[in-house]
Amino acid sequence: MSFDNAYESLLGGEDAHWAFGTGFSEALSGVDREFPAGVDRDALASYCLMLGDDALIFSQRLAEWCSRAPELEEDIALANIALDLLGQARMLLTRAGEVLGKTEDELAYLRDEREFRNVHLAEIDCGPGPGGDFAATIARLLVFSSWRLALFSRLRGSADPVLAAIAEKGLKELAYHRDHAAQWTVRLGDGTDESHRRMQAGLERVWPFVDELFATHPVEARLSGVAVDPASLRSEVDGVLEAVLSAAGLTRPADTKAARVAGMAGRDGVHTEVMGYLLAEMQHLHRSLPGAVW
Amino acid sequence: MSTTWPLWEVFVRGKRGLNHVHVGSLHAPDAEMALRNARDVYTRRNEGVSIWVVPATEITASSPDEKDPFFAPSGDKVYRHPTFYAIPEDVPHL
Repeated sequence: MSFDNAYESLLGGEDAHWAFGTGFSEALSGVDREFPAGVDRDALASYCLMLGDDALIFSQRLAEWCSRAPELEEDIALANIALDLLGQARMLLTRAGEVLGKTEDELAYLRDEREFRNVHLAEIDCGPGPGGDFAATIARLLVFSSWRLALFSRLRGSADPVLAAIAEKGLKELAYHRDHAAQWTVRLGDGTDESHRRMQAGLERVWPFVDELFATHPVEARLSGVAVDPASLRSEVDGVLEAVLSAAGLTRPADTKAARVAGMAGRDGVHTEVMGYLLAEMQHLHRSLPGAVW
Repeated sequence: MSTTWPLWEVFVRGKRGLNHVHVGSLHAPDAEMALRNARDVYTRRNEGVSIWVVPATEITASSPDEKDPFFAPSGDKVYRHPTFYAIPEDVPHL
């Protein structure tokens, strides 16, 4: 029995008599998986890795809060968000794997640091490690989900039907993630002196990594009509962040840019120091026991 | 911190047409966050289409001490149940 079909096998295909928890659906069922004519398949695979790795790595970071959030309810909320992103990552890595001849697990667990294409914002430590706290995590979630929501809303028009379907499903999830982050940003920013100080510090923590989100990568430039040019999202995302920060009584940090290595950053496989530790934790089980399943 | 967040009772409507049903309680700083927490805690398995949250302090409950005067008098009035009708075989969901 595969994990994906656990619910179906439980019900034996008939769920009409259940009062609760019915009507599950498979987001990509019926979507044409043929590659559109003329698309650069290698670039498409790289692009799917970019968006998939953003979700996978940020999901791993959010999962670190499991059992450590300020409240049990928030614990579950962050885990839910992490699982939404993990679902997006699985679909995107699967799409990349269709070009590369690899499974989603091989891509998630058997690539090395230099092969990951996520932005630095997804990988940095914003707590519960020493690099941040709950407010910094909320600041990252606010920026990340506002950006990805704007990106996915355009990606619905992608010439690749699979990317378009993934975007359509992810949009509702990301709208909730952004709402959750905005709710907390306002409460912390407009709360006590201490919560305001921490929320402002959280924004300062993540702001140097904002610029990378809007930098057009050559892969994106090669995929006109398939990929979204992130540079085109800047004004929309700025407007959303401005509205939230204003309601929260917070100040938009000055625009600074985290250092690049010879002009390269996460999209080129160049990562920050914490990335190796993150991957070690995420990958060690699969590498120690190849093919392990639950 | 947890001691300062008020308790909320959560009611979820499973499907259009059904009643909201009490599913449990949770802590939240205010009503909006209580709704969101309820979404995350109680509708993760696709259980709901609508949520109510109510401050636990706003619920007036019957007392166990009054159990007999409250509920015993209806115990012998079986004629109040509509069980004396023959139910047609071809009417589902009745």
